[in-house]
Amino acid sequence: MSRKMTGARMIVEALRDQGVDTVFGYPGGAVLPIYDELFQQNDIQHILVRHEQGAVHMAEGYARSTGKPGVVLVTSGPGATNAVTGMTDALLDSIPLVVLSGQVPTFLVGTDGFQEADTVGITRPCTKHNWLVKDTEKLAATIHQAFNVATSGRPGPVLIDIPKDVQFAEAEYVGPKQVDTSNYQPRRKGDIESITRLVELMEQAERPIFYTGGGVINSGPGASQLLRELVDATGFPITSTLMGLGAYPASGKNWLGMLGMHGMYEANLAMHGCDLMIAVGARFDDRITGRVADFSPGSVKAQIDIDPSSINKIVHVELPIQGDVGHVLEDMLKIWKSRGRKTNSEAVRKWWTQIEQWREVKCLAYTNSDSVIKPQHALERLEALTKDRDRYIATEVGQHQMWAAQFLQFDEPNRWMTSGGLGTMGYGLPASVGVQVAHPDALVINVAGDASWLMNMQEMGTAVQFRAPVKQFILNNERLGMVRQWQQLLHGERYSQSWSDSLPDFVKLAEAFGCKGRQVSDPAELDDAIREMIEYDGPFILDVLVEKHENCFPMIPSGKPHNEMLLSPEAEAFSGGAALV
Amino acid sequence: MVLNIKQGSTSHSAYDLRDPNAQIEERHTLAVLVENEPGVLARVIGLFSGRGYNIDSLTVAETDHEGHRSRITIVTRGTPSVIVQIKAQLGRIVPVHEVHDLTTDGPSIERELGLFKVVGTGDHRVEALRIAEIFRANVIDSTLTSFVFEINGSPEKLDAFADLMRPLGLSDQARTGVAALARGA
Ligand SMILES: Cc1ncc(C[n+]2csc(CCOP(=O)(O)OP(=O)(O)O)c2C)c(N)n1
Ligand SMILES: [Mg+2]
Repeated sequence: MSRKMTGARMIVEALRDQGVDTVFGYPGGAVLPIYDELFQQNDIQHILVRHEQGAVHMAEGYARSTGKPGVVLVTSGPGATNAVTGMTDALLDSIPLVVLSGQVPTFLVGTDGFQEADTVGITRPCTKHNWLVKDTEKLAATIHQAFNVATSGRPGPVLIDIPKDVQFAEAEYVGPKQVDTSNYQPRRKGDIESITRLVELMEQAERPIFYTGGGVINSGPGASQLLRELVDATGFPITSTLMGLGAYPASGKNWLGMLGMHGMYEANLAMHGCDLMIAVGARFDDRITGRVADFSPGSVKAQIDIDPSSINKIVHVELPIQGDVGHVLEDMLKIWKSRGRKTNSEAVRKWWTQIEQWREVKCLAYTNSDSVIKPQHALERLEALTKDRDRYIATEVGQHQMWAAQFLQFDEPNRWMTSGGLGTMGYGLPASVGVQVAHPDALVINVAGDASWLMNMQEMGTAVQFRAPVKQFILNNERLGMVRQWQQLLHGERYSQSWSDSLPDFVKLAEAFGCKGRQVSDPAELDDAIREMIEYDGPFILDVLVEKHENCFPMIPSGKPHNEMLLSPEAEAFSGGAALV
Repeated sequence: MVLNIKQGSTSHSAYDLRDPNAQIEERHTLAVLVENEPGVLARVIGLFSGRGYNIDSLTVAETDHEGHRSRITIVTRGTPSVIVQIKAQLGRIVPVHEVHDLTTDGPSIERELGLFKVVGTGDHRVEALRIAEIFRANVIDSTLTSFVFEINGSPEKLDAFADLMRPLGLSDQARTGVAALARGA
């Protein structure tokens, strides 16, 4: 059977063969043939965004919450350049995306044609790989390759730039099975000798800690399962980066909470004082390490990562293990069990006593108020009123993001969408829409700041059009709060440009978009407002007016080591035990 | 430290015990075998500029037409940990098939071709010819006031040749950059 067809049809065919059910996109001259094909089929739904950046963040939310790659379709020139921030975000957070961009016809490439941009040139550093397809014969195979690259090894965004004449021309279609993807097959199994050494270290360790990251989530639900089994069986404490929340349950007994710049006191001090650090799918980002020279000075470090360039990049590790987290954890468990499930339990018990003392500091303590809503309190109430639901959380970037990470509890992977590596304000609203599209019946909440939310607020239109009942929970401090905090603590209280002046009326804005809004400022009404938001059948904006000058603690100022953490005035002064570190 | 880990070098042990803080810069010659496709050189060069690595020299040419393979030879400089990063980052580029460190993977040979134009008359001209003979350089162009020498050898040999020719009227030089192969089978 000959399967000759146009390039445009081929694209739709290839997406269908790759199991794609949703494309986030925006049309334009250079992709009209593809839109024409989308119009004539019903297998793939197209979510029309309001700005291409929104499309990419939606695809990220879709991908992060499903484990499947997100797909984006944009036109040439401005369509592609608008997608750049989203692709960079996905690259830094290792989110699998396939972005299709239209390009001017091949005979116009290089002539500064209308809406021509050097898309492969511009996106080379912000994609895992990209392709310019000049020949329809190669189009289908390239798309299948692209899905393989985006999802294999360390996941990431890829882009395929497709000139318009390539979309019109005809060629033979090839399916995924006919395409040889053997030239890109990163190694998955870890070196058994090294894994055995790690198990030996685990048997002796007196002060061990698991330090886990987004790699566990990317490795799939099986990896989270194995991690739980290993942590619970060994009894070792575990902390996680912002990107790894949910891999080990927040309700689990060995959970120390998030580490890093705004991480838990006990988690950071445990990292500082441990004698064996087991890094699992985490990459020693500078928000995690603080001053590298003083990072966990007394520990032997092992690092499991699928990407060899993440190993020994920032911090020297004595025991590197290259491989997929799930595969390596499986081997670790197997070997540890076969050697008799040994740990240095006496010492580990002492270690826990020390950690419990650090915990006594109650680093998240804050002074509540009955006249003004404290942002921490708002999140505690949100947690209490939503935790039993089928819930997904997205965030924007700023103080509210850190408070959400501290005060919301994640017991499952893939439930937490946040821009960690790039810290992209404007991520959360579109990401929440992408999550909702993938999980129509779930409760999807974007914990937002007033300033971040405005960056992609046009996507409320998308939410309304596609009946995505996303809940926008805006912690409105009328400030670029995180900037204000740094200015207060580190720049002599000179508040340069960190006011959110002339904020819109979020309730009227909600109405203007055709959804519902409510403002709440009285702590006594907070629960009622949250309940209304949850129960409303449709997108909802809850404008929570919060304390304007609250600071997010604990905080490790950049360039400081973990044991020089700033604590809130409410945290208990700590005495005793610190000699250990 | 309670955890005793066995001492040993990286290649014979699971542990990586190199001094993480060694600050001495080393010169390494890397052979990078890539898929010969559009943009692959830009990816490699973009990696070096984007991450702030050094390139001392770079050569590239197709080496297997049927197999669509090209070989890029890069001479770079960095501390030991930077060199390890460079290799890992190169290996991550999708169309990169193999990365070999010819400086550490065993003995290797390096060659470079250089063309040197020397302008002068009288004693300088005679001296230039004499030195060229010692270096086994060929004269490939000659006028009454100039020579172009062609010389083949290690980068150090070419450097030494250039240094000697400079006072004798060296006016222009073109060098190919280093081509390198591992010795033996
Ligand atoms: C696109 C972008 N621009 C600038 C920044 C720097 N930045 C980080 S947090 C922040 C303030 C965020 O304010 P808001 O969204 O109101 O959150 P808050 O900190 O007040 O909770 C800014 C400007 C950023 N992260 N992203
Ligand atoms: Mg704010």
